[in-house]
Amino acid sequence: MRIALGVVEADAGEVRWDGRPVDLEARRRIGYMPEERGLYPRMTVADQLTYLARLHGLDAARARRSVDTWIERLGLGERRDEEVLKLSLGNQQRVQLAAALVHDPDVLVLDEPFSGLDPVAVDVMSDVLREKCAEGVPVVFSSHQLDLVERLCDRVGIIRAGRMVAVGTVEELRAHAAPRIEIHAPAAPPGWAEALPGVAVLERRDGRTLVELRDGADDQRLLEAALATGPVHEFARRPPSLAELFRHAVSEEGAA
Amino acid sequence: MSAWETIRLVAAREVRVRAASRATRIGTLVLVLAIVALVVVIALVSGSGSAAKVAFTPPTGALAQPLAVSAGLLGQEVETSTAADEAAGERQVRDGAVDALVAGTAQEPRIVVDEELGDTLRAALLAVARQQALDRAVQALGGDPAAVNRDVDAVRLEVVALDPHDPEHDERLVVGTIVGVLIYVALLTYGPIVAQGVVEEKTSRVVELLLSTIRAWQLMAGKVLGIGLVGLVQFVLLIAAGVIAGVATGVLTLPASVAAGTIAWAVAWYLLGYAVYALLFAAAGALVSRQEDVSSATLPLIMVIIVPYVIGISVLPGDPGNRLVAILSLVPLFAPTLMPIREAMGEAAAWELVLATGLTLATIALLVRGAGRVYVNAVLRTGARVRLREALGRA
Repeated sequence: MRIALGVVEADAGEVRWDGRPVDLEARRRIGYMPEERGLYPRMTVADQLTYLARLHGLDAARARRSVDTWIERLGLGERRDEEVLKLSLGNQQRVQLAAALVHDPDVLVLDEPFSGLDPVAVDVMSDVLREKCAEGVPVVFSSHQLDLVERLCDRVGIIRAGRMVAVGTVEELRAHAAPRIEIHAPAAPPGWAEALPGVAVLERRDGRTLVELRDGADDQRLLEAALATGPVHEFARRPPSLAELFRHAVSEEGAA
Repeated sequence: MSAWETIRLVAAREVRVRAASRATRIGTLVLVLAIVALVVVIALVSGSGSAAKVAFTPPTGALAQPLAVSAGLLGQEVETSTAADEAAGERQVRDGAVDALVAGTAQEPRIVVDEELGDTLRAALLAVARQQALDRAVQALGGDPAAVNRDVDAVRLEVVALDPHDPEHDERLVVGTIVGVLIYVALLTYGPIVAQGVVEEKTSRVVELLLSTIRAWQLMAGKVLGIGLVGLVQFVLLIAAGVIAGVATGVLTLPASVAAGTIAWAVAWYLLGYAVYALLFAAAGALVSRQEDVSSATLPLIMVIIVPYVIGISVLPGDPGNRLVAILSLVPLFAPTLMPIREAMGEAAAWELVLATGLTLATIALLVRGAGRVYVNAVLRTGARVRLREALGRA
């Protein structure tokens, strides 16, 4: 992200937007939220946002209108003439988001936008991102709050040690993952599934067993083995959550 | 958006923030009051020995006019007044309303003073008394005192001064000292403000947001220009206050052309000095990430401002033509504080002014590259202090 915004030099490769390398002119059309949040502590909210809007090329009148809109939208109306220093952390984050949005950018690049937000602000932030997305503004953000990522994102990339180890929609990522099956067989004795080839038991609790099928192991063999232990009330595929996919992708790479 | 427009926006923010800050406003007010107070004090000190007040009793009233003339020849102004009688006059002397009372008769005047008679006034009174005696003697010999006096007055003393005393010398000394102080204070105020401004952006991390949309050199240029403009306005206000106070109190009597030249050079040297030091302070500020480290990073620069100034201000008033200071005043980093003092004292030759200005401008051109490079390389690096060589090295 910092390379895209020209803050750090790339060791190799190139960042392009619309087929052209991202230069200063293109960067001016990006809304950026750095991971290290940064605003002038002693400037008021309105002054600060107006200044940033002007630096991004808005004229005075448009800057004022846009500042008013975003201050209203993000619930900062009562704080507009207060110094950023005096705001709560949550409100500072809202100002930071407003700073990324105030020049009506063509692209949004947000580094950990949800960290440090209270639940209400998370909702506001999610709504704003969805809305921008619906307007056709590409939104790229990084996050470790994977439930949010799963809910919001069309495409997800998992980065490990500076390399993209998986990329695609959440469904695509799941398709690559080993299938997981949960079996509810109350009469099954401990260790009933461990011996089967290609089956790894992940969890056992209250007669329920969660297994992962590896190396193309046959689920029908698993079902037969389960039926052999007694009644089977449930035999279902359990799609892994993004968090599990993430853990898997990261550890797999570590093992390789 | 052009680079210039970006720089203008950055500079405008600096001006707004500084102009709105109480520190700037109160500081300016205090300095203006200080300079006016200084001028008033000078006026009071130099004006205390001006007109001597002398009262005359009615019998000696005829001596008032000759006394004013003879005292005038000695460079002493005299205000004369008439006392109703000797007793009344003595009271006035005792009260301090007049410096001396001339009693007795016009032929044999008696001077009444409180403690003692000043030398100048004594000489003037003695001259008048002798004149009276001379007039009577001329009359006794059958001559015409008026004709004799005309001949006597026609005598002129021709004086050839080998090293004439400049009547403006003392005044120039004072003006030079004040100009020096103003530039020195301005550099020591606004240089560190530039460094603090740079560090503030680093500490608050806002610099990353800024540099994602504008270039580092534009940020640096805007900051230096904006703060410099605030400093310039303050500097001009101070000079204006000093000139107005000086003219109003009658302390400033330099010819308008000399005063205008001195003011123009003072402003020029403020600008040159500020440019040199603002660039250096901006680079020094970019090397550190915490406000606590600013002072240690800028200390060498502050010493470079202080040391030559202290040498200059302690040597020049006693010895305006000092060779060492003359040489130091040509060195670009020292010239901004020393050259305007020498100029105001009337000691700087035209070629020296031109040479020092040229050298300083060349230094500024070098600093724009050097300090600019240090700033650009160091401003995004947070954490430990960046070493100067490292910041200069990477392109």
